[in-house]
Amino acid sequence: MKHALSIIAFFAGLILLWKVATVVMGWSPLLLPPPEAVARYLWDALFDGTLLSASIVTVKRLLIGYVIGVAIGMGLGLMVSTSDFFGSTVGALALGLQTLPSVCWVPLALLWFGQTEGAMLFVVIMGTVGSVVIATSNGTRSIPPIYARVARTMGSEGFDKWTRVILPAALPFLVTGMKQGWAFAWRSLMAAEVYVTILTGFGLGHLLEYGRELSAMDQVIGVMIVIVVIGLITDKGLFAPWERFMHRRWGTGASVS
Amino acid sequence: MTADSIGQLAVAGVSKWFRTSRTSVHALDNITLTVAPGEFLCLVGPSGCGKSTLLDIIAGLTVPDSGSVFADGQPIVGPGRHRLVMFQESALFPWLDVFGNVMFGLKREQSLTRQQKKEIAERHLELVGLTKFKEAYTHELSGGMKQRVALARSLAPDPRVLLMDEPFAALDALTRERLYGDLQDIWQSRRKTIILVTHNVREAVCLGDRVAVMSPHPGRIREEFRVDLPRPRDINSSLLAELAQDITSALKSHDPELGRQ
Repeated sequence: MKHALSIIAFFAGLILLWKVATVVMGWSPLLLPPPEAVARYLWDALFDGTLLSASIVTVKRLLIGYVIGVAIGMGLGLMVSTSDFFGSTVGALALGLQTLPSVCWVPLALLWFGQTEGAMLFVVIMGTVGSVVIATSNGTRSIPPIYARVARTMGSEGFDKWTRVILPAALPFLVTGMKQGWAFAWRSLMAAEVYVTILTGFGLGHLLEYGRELSAMDQVIGVMIVIVVIGLITDKGLFAPWERFMHRRWGTGASVS
Repeated sequence: MTADSIGQLAVAGVSKWFRTSRTSVHALDNITLTVAPGEFLCLVGPSGCGKSTLLDIIAGLTVPDSGSVFADGQPIVGPGRHRLVMFQESALFPWLDVFGNVMFGLKREQSLTRQQKKEIAERHLELVGLTKFKEAYTHELSGGMKQRVALARSLAPDPRVLLMDEPFAALDALTRERLYGDLQDIWQSRRKTIILVTHNVREAVCLGDRVAVMSPHPGRIREEFRVDLPRPRDINSSLLAELAQDITSALKSHDPELGRQ
């Protein structure tokens, strides 16, 4: 309870600071709107449905692109970790592409797919695959070799060894990779939506960009807050259960103090 | 294969080199050794004498450069479920609880029903005195408990041969003593063939029917000692200490580096 109160106090303090800054510095609401203006926007947009429909469009794109990206990334990652040839070819390529900001794919995506859902998905997938490949191959290569030896002496080989030993042993790395992939997917999609207007769906990125065009900074900041909140919710919903499972089993995760 | 050869091991003229681009290390030189069914053999020697390599070769994890190893009269071509290994680090799987670890080697036994597997796992947990910790996670166990679970995991699939690679080296003296007692009890009731590798001479005398002394560069078996002391043996007994003394001097005489001290 005390913990929860101090968390609330922290965020209340942050908003207060924001409010004080807008009053004391006398900035134009065009540059930094006061918190109540953003709150009003969020309230209105929540009830007229724009926020909800934009969120659904965005999250749907994100989930589809992410799932495809993870499937491709894990498959390639396992190939990379089992063969030196794939390691020095596909692995190197993934490492190189991971350093390429995914927004760089937008021009190509537009050329190849036009202003379509396909272009959006392409950017998300390209943003996700690299980091998942790297995390999967690093993960399966970093597990203690003694696990593989134990498995071999117990007669666990091939598919059985992979499903019962290598993949579970690499779980901490895999979850980290999936989390990173999620963050990359989210960023890629926002970049794509801000840059590309398409007719098949009006996402959060579009809402943000329209706010800029209309000089409605309350909308811009409001949408930014929504993006952060969705990110937090998915992190808690998708990844926290896995992390709890690992911390309990591996005995990790105690705070360092 | 006759019934009384089950659990028999024969190492015939095994040599092994480890080659890298710059050096070549002669790890084992023409090792010949037989272990009778149900016998407890200890291999002692200083670090680098190739005793762990020899164990790996018997396990089928490493292929010798020459010579061969026969289990129950059949040449060993790879790891097999009749020869299970216990390592110095318990190497328990952290994603499984204690029971899951003991079940690991049983999962692939197609001749058993799920219920039979569970019963076997439970019996082995009882054997090592850890029934209460069935649902514990591996990080919650002490070093000695981890090795007990590892022992149960290796014994559960009912191997003919148990290969132990310095399984007690990382434990404190008191825990180790308790495990010596446990291991002797289990060995006497289950009559497995055991090969235990150690650099602790007293441990070897306490546990083995026979102690083979190895020397390094290249790894060779130099002498064998029969241990006829009554069981269960106490590591602190003076008879045991005397024999250990003899073996230690033999060790030193075969290794110029140890002899100099």
